Amino acid sequence: MKNFKNLLLIALILFLLLLPTFAGKYLLYMTINILILSVFALGFNLLLGYTGLLSFGQAGFFAMGAYASGKILLVIPSLLLGAIAGMAAGGVSALILGYLCVRHTRIYFSMLTLSFGMMIYSLAWKWRDVTGGDDGLVGIPRAPFEIPGILTINMNPMENYYYFVLVISLIAIFILYRIVNSPFGLTLKGIRDSENRVAFAGISIRNYRLLSFTFAGLYAGLAGSLLPPLENTVTPPLAHWTHSAEPVMVTLLGGIHTFSGPIVGSILFYLIKDIIVRYTQYWLIWFGSIVVFLVLIFRGGVVIFFTERVWPLLKRT
Amino acid sequence: MLEKLLFQGLIGLSFSMYLWLLASGLTLVFGVLGVLNFAHGSLFMLGAYATFTFYGKLGFNFWVSIGLSLISVGCVGAVLERFFIRRIYDLDLPYQLILTFGFILIFDDLVKMAWGGVAMIPPMPRFFEGNLSVFGRPFPIYNLFIIAAGFGVAIILWLILEMTWWGRMIRASASDREMASAIGINIPILFTTVFVFAAMLAALGGALGTPVRVVAPGIGTAMIIQAFVITVIGGLGNLKGAFVGALIVGILTAFGILLFPVFELFIIFVVMAVVLMVKPEGLFGK
Repeated sequence: MKNFKNLLLIALILFLLLLPTFAGKYLLYMTINILILSVFALGFNLLLGYTGLLSFGQAGFFAMGAYASGKILLVIPSLLLGAIAGMAAGGVSALILGYLCVRHTRIYFSMLTLSFGMMIYSLAWKWRDVTGGDDGLVGIPRAPFEIPGILTINMNPMENYYYFVLVISLIAIFILYRIVNSPFGLTLKGIRDSENRVAFAGISIRNYRLLSFTFAGLYAGLAGSLLPPLENTVTPPLAHWTHSAEPVMVTLLGGIHTFSGPIVGSILFYLIKDIIVRYTQYWLIWFGSIVVFLVLIFRGGVVIFFTERVWPLLKRT
Repeated sequence: MLEKLLFQGLIGLSFSMYLWLLASGLTLVFGVLGVLNFAHGSLFMLGAYATFTFYGKLGFNFWVSIGLSLISVGCVGAVLERFFIRRIYDLDLPYQLILTFGFILIFDDLVKMAWGGVAMIPPMPRFFEGNLSVFGRPFPIYNLFIIAAGFGVAIILWLILEMTWWGRMIRASASDREMASAIGINIPILFTTVFVFAAMLAALGGALGTPVRVVAPGIGTAMIIQAFVITVIGGLGNLKGAFVGALIVGILTAFGILLFPVFELFIIFVVMAVVLMVKPEGLFGK
């Protein structure tokens, strides 16, 4: 199993690296979207799957990242600076709001994050001077990747931007993998499973939750910052609570108790959408039905379903 | 100035009543079944579309249309509870929220399929046309009717819960499900009836809203979030709290539009967050 897993990982990364040599613009565009959603959902799952907190306001931090990166790119055309600004905006706002949110758990935590996310939404929608109101920020350039004095890469071709997003996402995913397998990650799992025991061990639960919340916000901000150069615009619906439901859905789809769950969920999300819209414009009926079916029939998610049901079956034969 | 404020308050009061009709069902379902139903706003939307069809399209009498809408949405609610919601009583919060969110997606697209994606405004019943002069300003007669209907529903709900056998069973199983079951209350049937009742309350809100508010696919998601704010302010599962919460949110919205038009939505969520931080069990929670 272990060898198989590594092999699969290497094959997947090779496939992603070679993708631009044979894929068209549309497939690259879709893959970029999958990568962005993966980073977004992985950060979210640090909270849900590892810390046991359901946030319904992650779209707020995503939008913070998107607006910050959009604002920067409109003034200073540097892609890296945009991403850093987005990450900082998501992380800092999550640190501040998280301080207020982590006092609660369960439904009160979810409702509190929902209200903060919607505050960010209403600001994005109505604070016209800064955010451009319901038009959003428009005409954001896909700025070149620049390290002054060393190199400049033109990002206008889709392949180049694809590689930028791919490298950033892989680094982010690798770092998160190290985080969840570090003592810090184990402590988070401990808090999820038995709050009191961890508290008895002399660990400040609230600080750990706050740190986890900040990481989740940082990842949401990073994911958000990758969007404006792709779409050239940023609009308020990015912060709306229905967008917050997206990482929740894909994480449950893939499985909350596995690291790769959110990634698999993101891939399936776009794959399902792509297949269904070929036949009908009303794809949400089918996607909604899949979500309902999933909750009722296999709650562990697709990854667990594969590793615990399908894989043993394959090994036996 | 005072008259202007009072007039605006009256407008807020009529808006509160739609919110109350929606939030009462949401909080009732949470209090008794223990499920936070995201799709409750979609039932509101279905009520609006059904009334639009019966009244605006098929030309039934206004009251008959409302009755037919309540029955049809009640049936949708019965199916929803019997086959789906019933299976998630004991699941964790994320699963409950996501299952009901799945139904938002389904209902939104079904409505687009059946009625198209454009917003529609059905005709006003003739006997409600016209304005009354309140503080020297024209106030629609229909809004007065809405205010009366909202208070009427509140009184009826209170009477049902306090005075009837059914209400007593609901209160018993809300406070201790196992004990209620042990003394012979048929919990599954009771829960289905409560859910259907709540669905009808939401449908009533949507139905009464149709002559004055637009009927469009997005109204469910727009309304449910306001209903969440209300139930949180009043205390999750608390009906009296939901009524007061609806008044607060409705009137705050009316004054917000008048005084700070930019931050009207923002203020409501600030109120929600402050209540959650200071008194998470809500203004009327135990």
